[in-house]
Amino acid sequence: MEHGPATEWQVEASQGYKTKLGLIMCAFFVVVYLAFILTAVISPQSMAIDVGKLNLAIVFGFGIIILAIIEALIYNFLCSNKEKQDQQTSAEGEEK
Amino acid sequence: MNYSAEPLAIGIFVVFVVAVLFISWWFARKARSASGYFAAGGKIHWSVNGIAFAGDYLSAASFLGIAGMVAIYGFDGFLYSIGYLAGWMVALFVVAEPLKRLGKYTFADAIDAKFKSRGVILAAGISTLVVSIFYLIPQMVGAGTLVEPLLGLPFEIGVVIVGCVVILIVATAGMASTTYVQFIKGGLLVIFSLVLVGMLLFHGLSTSPDQKDIDYHEFTTLEITENSGGTLTLADSSYEFVKQFEGTDFVMLANNDVKTVWQINEKDNVLVETQTITDQAEGPDLYNGLPKEEGAFYQVGHLCEIDGETDTETGSLGVFSFFEKIKNGTVVRWNKKVIIDGEDHISVYYQVPTQGRDVLIPGEKFKIDPAKGATPADRVNFISLMISLFLGTAALPHILIRYYTVPSPKYARYSTIVAVAAIGLFYILTLYLGMGAMTNGVVDLTNSNMSAPLLAKCFGLGIFAVISAIAFSTILGTVSGLIVAASGAVASDIMHKFGRMKMDENAMVKAGRITAIVVGIVAMFLGVVFKHMNVSYLVGWAFTIAASANLPSIIMVLFWKRTTSRGVIASIMVGLFLSLLLILLSPDTFSQVYGLPASAAPMPISQPAIISVPVSFLALVIVSLMTQKNGTAGDNGNE
Repeated sequence: MEHGPATEWQVEASQGYKTKLGLIMCAFFVVVYLAFILTAVISPQSMAIDVGKLNLAIVFGFGIIILAIIEALIYNFLCSNKEKQDQQTSAEGEEK
Repeated sequence: MNYSAEPLAIGIFVVFVVAVLFISWWFARKARSASGYFAAGGKIHWSVNGIAFAGDYLSAASFLGIAGMVAIYGFDGFLYSIGYLAGWMVALFVVAEPLKRLGKYTFADAIDAKFKSRGVILAAGISTLVVSIFYLIPQMVGAGTLVEPLLGLPFEIGVVIVGCVVILIVATAGMASTTYVQFIKGGLLVIFSLVLVGMLLFHGLSTSPDQKDIDYHEFTTLEITENSGGTLTLADSSYEFVKQFEGTDFVMLANNDVKTVWQINEKDNVLVETQTITDQAEGPDLYNGLPKEEGAFYQVGHLCEIDGETDTETGSLGVFSFFEKIKNGTVVRWNKKVIIDGEDHISVYYQVPTQGRDVLIPGEKFKIDPAKGATPADRVNFISLMISLFLGTAALPHILIRYYTVPSPKYARYSTIVAVAAIGLFYILTLYLGMGAMTNGVVDLTNSNMSAPLLAKCFGLGIFAVISAIAFSTILGTVSGLIVAASGAVASDIMHKFGRMKMDENAMVKAGRITAIVVGIVAMFLGVVFKHMNVSYLVGWAFTIAASANLPSIIMVLFWKRTTSRGVIASIMVGLFLSLLLILLSPDTFSQVYGLPASAAPMPISQPAIISVPVSFLALVIVSLMTQKNGTAGDNGNE
């Protein structure tokens, strides 16, 4: 540790909340990702089913990517809210 | 393929490289201390860091490899896009913030912060070094293959150029420069890929995709008038029958002394044109029977039928109708077969008309459909591939290092979100780029990695030059990030902490720079050695090794309080060596590296993550339980 950290991150009150939220978000994503893999393995031909102008494989593939972006935004929104709350609580605590 | 140098391309390329070097030098002045060298002093803005994350991740393999694999196999290449992006979810949701709270500069530091064990440092340092080098090889191979059409230079020169420029960047500057280099390059890559997809959709699809300045080579058929006793008589008398290759449906014809290979189509009673590369026992390689300089070997890839018509074009298409047209058409794909003709080896590339609906679902490369001959091992192989892509990302050393360059968890989160958005957008584009290459006559059968740049070339030299320059600097950026990670592992972990060498900040930086030079030279050497290997295949190795060696330790240290230092060492070592061993014994390695039949391989599958990752977890749990000490996280240990 002689050269010191790049930056010190303070341990926050919201840490446990964020860890749990992250795991839930990841678990949900894993379910969708697994659904894709299993659909492909168990019923390869169903991947060719028409979905509008596309097929199931493309919609599923694009869907996983878009889901990732949406989940990342939700995660950030919830974490930022929680951090703000914690800051307010601790600020009120100091006033008292 | 035969490529000539394009002055415009060279001009743009040189401007790019000089700009990259200038930026490096500019920021080098800020990287005086050790924390400045390894982690940019923790002062990089989160948005810059996020795009730089994307720049790190969208390596030569993403840009060149995926588009190339889609161009050859269709949707199967896109599986890599899905898997690589999915891996980011593990990195963002599970690993990012807890790891940063533990960490210092490297993966090894992060684990060490918990245990203070020299053994852990050594194991983590070795694994960082091995994964970095395995990830470096495909980057070097990519660099070499890029310069051939870009600058008209031989493969080896490309490898040496990248090696030298990167060593210069890293050895003089360090992380600050590479973060900004990655930022610029990551941003440009996404923007220009968007432009290229826009041009592709505007251009539409055609059954005869002409290039800017060259007409598409129309592959012909020859009518057979008589087929008796192993001799063919043809309607076109300018072709003379030479012989049929034993046990195949390929025949050799001669036309003005030029020998070409044709495939018999018994149904229509015709011969279908193929393309060949003849590796002669004596004399130079022949391309379609002629020396390379004649340029007789053509780029391929076209739709032979769109909406039931064989001579048509669609005009501009929308983002969805592009796929609809391909889905309802027939794509001519190409397979390869090697024929041994006396002492010559002839690689025959022959046409495989494939229903559009089949190239838009998985299964052409990674067989999963028993109805199409997939074995249970093939299907396990597919699942294993998806697992290694999913788990490999969070365990790559050069991705982890960028967690350390922003000031707080909030900013790290912002960075990762910017990265996910940029990478996600880019990966969606890869399917368009790949399918565009597959149908626009820009596939170089000798080198699928060139598909994306060659697609750009068919829309004009300007965009080709820019895309190639970006791809090249992509490699520069990725390689420098990896070399920083590797030199950090050696200087900080192995020499300083494990070796207990007394080093002040200056000595650390110096050791890091010397290591960077050595690793760079090793990577150049390996890049030349692995010249003929598929880039995506090599990247698969790096992901599998990272997922097996690093991921179990990262996850368990964060979430299992009974993890011990010996458990971590066991997990890293078991994961590292087991995955390496299984890769070396796999069918793909047998056929592609050793040149032996794939069936001779002792392992039935080529993607070992499904075995090596669980075993590595198991090693960690068992060894941790055996080495519990009193007081370890409130555990009543057995000592």
